[in-house]
Amino acid sequence: MISFLFKGLLRDRSRSVFPLLIVLSGVVLTVFLQSWLDGSVSSLIQSTAHYTTGHVRVMTRAYAREAAQIPNDLALLGIDTLLTELKHSYPDFFWTPRIKFGGLLDIPDEKGETRAQSPVSGLAVDLLSADSPEWNILNIRKAVAQGRVPRTHGEMMIGEDLARKLRLQPGDTATLIGSTMYGSMSITNFVIVGTVRFGIVAMDKATVIADLSDIQQALDIQQGAGEILGISADDLYHEERANAVTADFNARHTHSQGDTSSAFSPVMGTLRTESGMSDYLDLVDLFSAVIIGVFVAAMSVVLWNAGLTGSLRRYGEIGIRLAVGEDKRHIYLSLLAESLMIGFIGSAAGTLIGLAVAYYGQMKGFDIGSVLKESTMMFPSVVRSRITPLTFVIGFLPGLLATFLGTAISGIGIYKRQTSTLFKELEI
Amino acid sequence: MIRPLSLMLGVPALVFGLQGPSGDEILRKVDQNMFSEQRILLSHMVIHGRRETRTVESKSWQRGTSESFTEFLAPARERGTKMLKLKDMLWEYSPSTDRTIMISGHMLRQSVMGSDLSYEDMMEDPHLPNLYSATLASPDVINGRNCWILELKAKKEDIAYDHRQIWVDKERYVILRENLYATSGKLLKTIDVREVMHVQERWLAKSVLYRDVFKDGEGTEFHIDSMTLDAEIPEYLFSKAALRR
Repeated sequence: MISFLFKGLLRDRSRSVFPLLIVLSGVVLTVFLQSWLDGSVSSLIQSTAHYTTGHVRVMTRAYAREAAQIPNDLALLGIDTLLTELKHSYPDFFWTPRIKFGGLLDIPDEKGETRAQSPVSGLAVDLLSADSPEWNILNIRKAVAQGRVPRTHGEMMIGEDLARKLRLQPGDTATLIGSTMYGSMSITNFVIVGTVRFGIVAMDKATVIADLSDIQQALDIQQGAGEILGISADDLYHEERANAVTADFNARHTHSQGDTSSAFSPVMGTLRTESGMSDYLDLVDLFSAVIIGVFVAAMSVVLWNAGLTGSLRRYGEIGIRLAVGEDKRHIYLSLLAESLMIGFIGSAAGTLIGLAVAYYGQMKGFDIGSVLKESTMMFPSVVRSRITPLTFVIGFLPGLLATFLGTAISGIGIYKRQTSTLFKELEI
Repeated sequence: MIRPLSLMLGVPALVFGLQGPSGDEILRKVDQNMFSEQRILLSHMVIHGRRETRTVESKSWQRGTSESFTEFLAPARERGTKMLKLKDMLWEYSPSTDRTIMISGHMLRQSVMGSDLSYEDMMEDPHLPNLYSATLASPDVINGRNCWILELKAKKEDIAYDHRQIWVDKERYVILRENLYATSGKLLKTIDVREVMHVQERWLAKSVLYRDVFKDGEGTEFHIDSMTLDAEIPEYLFSKAALRR
């Protein structure tokens, strides 16, 4: 019976090609849209974790209150003990100390006078240890555009766009003018050994990266760091685990009110709270659900309508089938079976094509750098889609069900037709 | 009845007003008291930061009001750092990098050695009558000294502090307190003179507490350890070459 219906669909293209195309295109769009939205949010979370907040972050309480201003005078001091504690207590995270700093990069001419100058935002991480987790977190080696990574003290890397703006080549000397932990002006020479392109416009335009110990020396933050980032071993943000680690750590480091040391005691926060993206992420989740929901609903209505149109178009055919004595239930079920076939084939093909496009987007990404030219947001210029288990069903189920429902509703009309009026209806 | 009474009350005030010095006259006397042609200062700043207190020692050579050369002597990290001011330009020399950096633009707003003083404060023309017009406000007493309160209003627009309130010792013509305000009327800094000294017929501030009201901490104490007025200062000191010597 099924093969009979299938043959009928193949031979009558008006019954198969148009509904199939509608189902297919709707499912492809739904699959791609879901993977794109999910990928965009994941890219944002990952870049925020890697470059800004980690999955969890430890700072002093005083620093945490003003974290946006990067108050290095309130940095964590004596971090070796704290790092040992963190690594021992939470081994499922990589722990890495960082100092963020702002300043001016001053380029001297041959007489030592200023040739060029630019404001920079700096990042100091452990670059001189072979086992530093930063090699993977920041993906520094892959990001090198020119030259090499620092191998010894006094070396620095800068953003590719910044290097171009200041006309700097690997091997040139630059002077970093900043502010020490105590507020004095800090003037330190560095040799530029390489340039980096992270694919984040804001970073490529203004970032300098140096070894942590060099910046500790330059900014007079001996044995200190502004923050210690924790990145989970699988590089994915697990909110429940992050919350549990944060609660446990903060319970251990709670000081009583009025304790003067409490301002400089460590406190941990999660990516959600530290990035200031808590509300934003909630909103993105909500909007993603709304967008996908509206899209799926719209697609369902279109497919439903296609089912209705198909049944109406076949008004005459159904009348003849009734006239020759075919059972109404049989006709109804055969229409449903046909719609299921169309829905299944269209949804399966649409999901496959959608997954293929999403996979391409996941592996290669889509370059939106030209849109972010003037952006100062920590947003990657290459956005990748992301295939999740939801991607496999988000288009398939509505594709299948909408055609089925459309046919099921329009097919009810079969039961309303009277054999006695068939000849009149068919104008025989 | 009201008119004669108000006239009777008003006449003495008018007479005293005519006899007493005006705000601008007081300001000129303050200026005369403060300035000498050349001087050498040995001083130290006690900077009460948010986390700790540190002391920075320095020696300054000043010629007039537009030229000065300062060398920092302590702590070890700052030793050898030099600053040169020539008219409206300021340079800082860092011995560890052998670089001389011109301080300009937004860098002028940065703190000097982490203190409550900014480079902009150092660059300001210290001749107050050049920058401000003064009006006399009510009298006050500070540390047992009778003072005039002067309200100073900037004559130009590009001045760090649009409005100042200063307390001037009526006998010694030394400023004992200052409140510095932005154009918006917001208080930016306070200056309290804790101790004065008598040097060559002048009364000068010896110990001062500067407070930037936007900074946490307890301000910066500035202490003059020794001062030589009208000292001989070699000409070469006021040149960029002197920074690298």
